[in-house]
Amino acid sequence: MKLLSTTALSGLMALGLVSTAFAEIKIGASVSETGPAAFLGDPQTKTLKMMVDDINAKGGVNGEQIVLVIYDDGGDPNKARTFATRLVEDDEVVAIIGGSTTGATMAIIPVVEDAGIPFISLAGAINIIDPVKPFTFKTPHTDRMACQKIFEDMEAREITKIGMISGTDGFGASMQAQCKSVVGDYGIEVVADETYGPQDADMTPQLTNIKGAAGIQAVLNPGFGQGPSIVTRNFAQLAIDLPLYQSHGVASDGFIELAGAAAAEGVRLPGTALLVTDLLADSDPQKAVATAYKTMFEAQTRTSVGTFGGYAHDAMLLMVDAITRAGSADSVAIRDALEATSGLVGTTGTYTMSPTDHLGLDLSAFRMLEIKAGAWTLVE
Amino acid sequence: MPELMQFILSGLTVGAVYALVALGFTIIYNASDVVNFAQGEFVMLGGMITVFAHGAGMPLPLAAVIAIVITAGVGVALNKLAIEPARGAPVVSLIIITIGASIFIRGVTQLVFDKQLHRFPSFSGDDPIHIFGATLLPQSLWVMAGALVVFVALWLFFTRTLTGKAILATSNNRLAAQLVGISTNWVMTLSFAMSAGIGALAGVLVTPITLVSYDVGIALALKGFAAAMLGGMGNPKGALIGGFLLGLLEALTAGYISSQYKDAAAFIVILAVLFAMPQGLFGKKTTDRV
Repeated sequence: MKLLSTTALSGLMALGLVSTAFAEIKIGASVSETGPAAFLGDPQTKTLKMMVDDINAKGGVNGEQIVLVIYDDGGDPNKARTFATRLVEDDEVVAIIGGSTTGATMAIIPVVEDAGIPFISLAGAINIIDPVKPFTFKTPHTDRMACQKIFEDMEAREITKIGMISGTDGFGASMQAQCKSVVGDYGIEVVADETYGPQDADMTPQLTNIKGAAGIQAVLNPGFGQGPSIVTRNFAQLAIDLPLYQSHGVASDGFIELAGAAAAEGVRLPGTALLVTDLLADSDPQKAVATAYKTMFEAQTRTSVGTFGGYAHDAMLLMVDAITRAGSADSVAIRDALEATSGLVGTTGTYTMSPTDHLGLDLSAFRMLEIKAGAWTLVE
Repeated sequence: MPELMQFILSGLTVGAVYALVALGFTIIYNASDVVNFAQGEFVMLGGMITVFAHGAGMPLPLAAVIAIVITAGVGVALNKLAIEPARGAPVVSLIIITIGASIFIRGVTQLVFDKQLHRFPSFSGDDPIHIFGATLLPQSLWVMAGALVVFVALWLFFTRTLTGKAILATSNNRLAAQLVGISTNWVMTLSFAMSAGIGALAGVLVTPITLVSYDVGIALALKGFAAAMLGGMGNPKGALIGGFLLGLLEALTAGYISSQYKDAAAFIVILAVLFAMPQGLFGKKTTDRV
């Protein structure tokens, strides 16, 4: 009945008969503001809230104000599922953003697919959108793309033998597996494969073994949190004279601060335009949107902007763009508009969706960055 | 042998961190038989408060002292507000209260401060010291020295001072201790203040190596607890040696066997030791009159 009246109203609106049919557009979100994935969900929550305030202050979408219903799932898939159900049944939202972690996202997917509510995930894993599910989209590039970007850079530097030191947390383990599955395509061999616990205080034994591996030319460290900072410091402590690659997991200014500018000198990682807004050419399409988000985020939170908050920024941007083009707040219309997204410039990259691609990014979304004298530089 | 030397130095660095955390467990345990699972939170508070006091412009030593004093205050508050009102409860209930307190402290910390990782500069710079082809950061020496100083101080405190003996007496038999004129409430307050202070000192010393955020306490407390169990709960010597043994076990396993199994290997050794010596390496054998 609701669907019928919504469709009827949007029909009327399309005819220009009802100009202010809805008081508001309800968008739901379930993100990990607290708990083990708080480093993802905290900036994402702040980003979603400030974007909604900003959009509403500028007159909303199609003349309607957005109401954001946001829940903190603490990174727990059970809670994420409960909140998704509550968003669909009680709050009656038209679309959902969220699932900071892959686990939470996978728990939300069955709920939104059953209810036919468009959903944009903020998590990394490739199986969120592969195979394609009708109502599920995502904004972050996959771990596999990060691996490919790193290996492309290694190939350009004629590196053929590398060591890997990965965190055993979800992010590190997933990226380690993805990297090992694509490394062969680039003619690169992993000659040392070590791991560390996410809370470990010293990685010199693992790095000593990597240093001693025969013919090794570079080291890759998939991981986030304190691990990569400690690996970078230990790398400098052992005076290992090899290129060190970090992952997009630590692509924020905080990493340079924690690892120390001296130890981080020469570290390369695939990052987004957000980190290097000042270095982008004025003709770069991402410059304006990334600069605007960075300025807004840093002014309101007084913490440095990071890749993860950017995922939430792009999800809201995609959603608002789709609702605008759909011209209504009907879930199916929004879904169709999302799938037809073309050339939408976000902080992570430029999104072009299709019925077979619900991510819409390619490798050009990543930029290879190098730390020089405590600052990010673009590797050409 | 530079590899072996590097593994040993790594083990000693990590071991000193574990030993410092383990030493914090001994005092409260000696006073009340309670294993204080909020000990890791004291370590975290020591680091976090120092970071923010230093960030607010205070010199590092002053920030460290403030962190230790405030954390000791938190320890006293924990005793007064949560442990003392439940005085008659069995030890297991008190232990569960400390788990609840640790969750509470973590929650308040992320609201008062933030959820980011932090670090402050090492005390003596970051230039590695070269020893037989291996390297060691100067901060590791600070942590090791800290563990040794705390150990000696605790050992003197428990064997040479009346107050230290009063703590042991309170643990042994609270009623008898009261009868000979020991204020057991004061002993409990003192032991929480000291444990929290030592925990905060550990936090100050290890933060340049391990980094700090609101949630680092759980992992530190778990490893510190394992070290204390291995050495013998309540014995400062056990805590010190247990900590270094655990660190060396992890580093040597990571170096020679597999970094995948380093935690498992360490815990298997601990289980084996506890099977043979349930009191830990240096724990007292207790006999109860039936």
